[in-house]
Amino acid sequence: MSNITIRLPSTRRTQNQYETGNSYLVTPGDVITEDTDYMRGHGTYCTGDADDRLYSSVAGVVERINKLICVRALKSRYTGEVGDIVVGRVKEVQQKRWKIETNSRLDSILQLSSVNLPGGELRRRSATDELNMRSYLNEGDLISAEVQQVNVDGILSLHTRSLRYGKLSQGCLVIVSPSLIKRRKNHIHNLSCGASIILANNGYIWIYTTQHSSQTEEGDGGFIISNESIPIEDREIICRLRNCIKCLAKRSVVLYDTSILYAYEASTSYKVKQLLDDEVCDEIVNKTIYLLQQANVGNNEY
Amino acid sequence: MAGFELISDEGYRFDGRKPSELRRVRCNMGVFTQADGSAYIEQGNTKVLAAIYGPHEASNNMRSKVCLDKCFINCEFSQAMFSSAERKKRSRGDRKGKDMSAHIKQTFEAAIRTQLYPRSQIDIYLQVLHSDGSLYCACVNAATLALIDAGIAMKDYVCACSASLTKETSLIDINHVEELAGCAEFSAAIMPKLDQIIYSELNGRIHQDELGQLVDAVTSGCKDIFAVIDRFVRGRLEETASYFTHS
Repeated sequence: MSNITIRLPSTRRTQNQYETGNSYLVTPGDVITEDTDYMRGHGTYCTGDADDRLYSSVAGVVERINKLICVRALKSRYTGEVGDIVVGRVKEVQQKRWKIETNSRLDSILQLSSVNLPGGELRRRSATDELNMRSYLNEGDLISAEVQQVNVDGILSLHTRSLRYGKLSQGCLVIVSPSLIKRRKNHIHNLSCGASIILANNGYIWIYTTQHSSQTEEGDGGFIISNESIPIEDREIICRLRNCIKCLAKRSVVLYDTSILYAYEASTSYKVKQLLDDEVCDEIVNKTIYLLQQANVGNNEY
Repeated sequence: MAGFELISDEGYRFDGRKPSELRRVRCNMGVFTQADGSAYIEQGNTKVLAAIYGPHEASNNMRSKVCLDKCFINCEFSQAMFSSAERKKRSRGDRKGKDMSAHIKQTFEAAIRTQLYPRSQIDIYLQVLHSDGSLYCACVNAATLALIDAGIAMKDYVCACSASLTKETSLIDINHVEELAGCAEFSAAIMPKLDQIIYSELNGRIHQDELGQLVDAVTSGCKDIFAVIDRFVRGRLEETASYFTHS
């Protein structure tokens, strides 16, 4: 009875203490420019006919790179690019491929020839392999993969031809908008707080315990799941990270390893379940943004 | 209509509004975290929730309706049992629900840039929590906000408003009592910046000469609603865009 929290019924307006800077914000139907010199990028359109004006088709920030104008919406489905890391769920097992759901416009495809066979052999996939597909990946399994190719119709072809990718076993999945994940060189991090994280470009974040033992021998191909029990301290770290990420996502802060670590450090004074409160969430996010700004002022590292 | 005047002698409607006044509009975006886009709008007492899923791969039962060159819009409209004065259980596929879904689907097929999303499906789910007239209009406004929240490319906002004609004066934004009073009700959805009407509907009969006045009234009502919604969307953009540009 001593742990009751009651929130005030007033509507809380988030204080926008941070300047918008010079961002040019547009809404659908706004005229971006009347100049015909510019090329249209994503998020813009022309009505053609006699009208030369460039209109915006989404609500977002206008980005101008030389002569290319595009409007980036704050939230959108994932559009793949070659080399991105994605985390997806197997939706269907088809004849020689798996259909993976990756929060994009159309489901992605993982060909049987794009996965590593157990034992690491390099050979042509036989009919037996095809019949045994379900023993590798079944419906509902979560995998991490890399985008190999983007087809003409927008469907992504994935591959797991590296020991870093494969079926994901014990951990926590957090789903955020893909626009919040910053594109960097490395998306798989071993955080200093004691857990590892995969920040997939499609907005699916996978938090798991750092693999200490080198259990991935040469030939396991990434499909063996470890079902060893995870101690309670590791679980708490994972939970805390998950709540921090949810807080940052709620306030649309860009997610990368530094911002997540700052949020984690700021959250250590609270219990894990307190992080679900709005007030605590705001405080943590404000501290994180402050620390990020300090870091930016200090060095202009990207 | 014995003893009941839609406009009093002083020129006020029975709920205190002037004939060209809209009801109070309040809205919110991003109310559901699970949906790709969501919005809530209140126009006076009419309260509607909208949720958008997509563009995504067509679900199994809609696979036959997939178009190769544009996306397929699936709209489902439903009214809660407690939304009207009388508690009435409405089944999903009843006539009014299907009608409304078809009209809204038609409206947004004209406004969403469907050629950008071939072979995909966009779901629009609308739920009426409290119905007090101008249902179609509130649904369209809610769906517009939700589509903007989802980041789906549209040619322009879609704002809808209703109007009615009584004693040579046009009343804007009809509520339930005025609907029942028996005058013709004209609803329209327009794209305000491009100045195009994309959907119009007339319930009842009017004289040909009165049509011009009604269309003008509805257009001005839609532009007023657009002003309110646009101000809200821009406020939201400013709040979230500032964090976005943080590296």
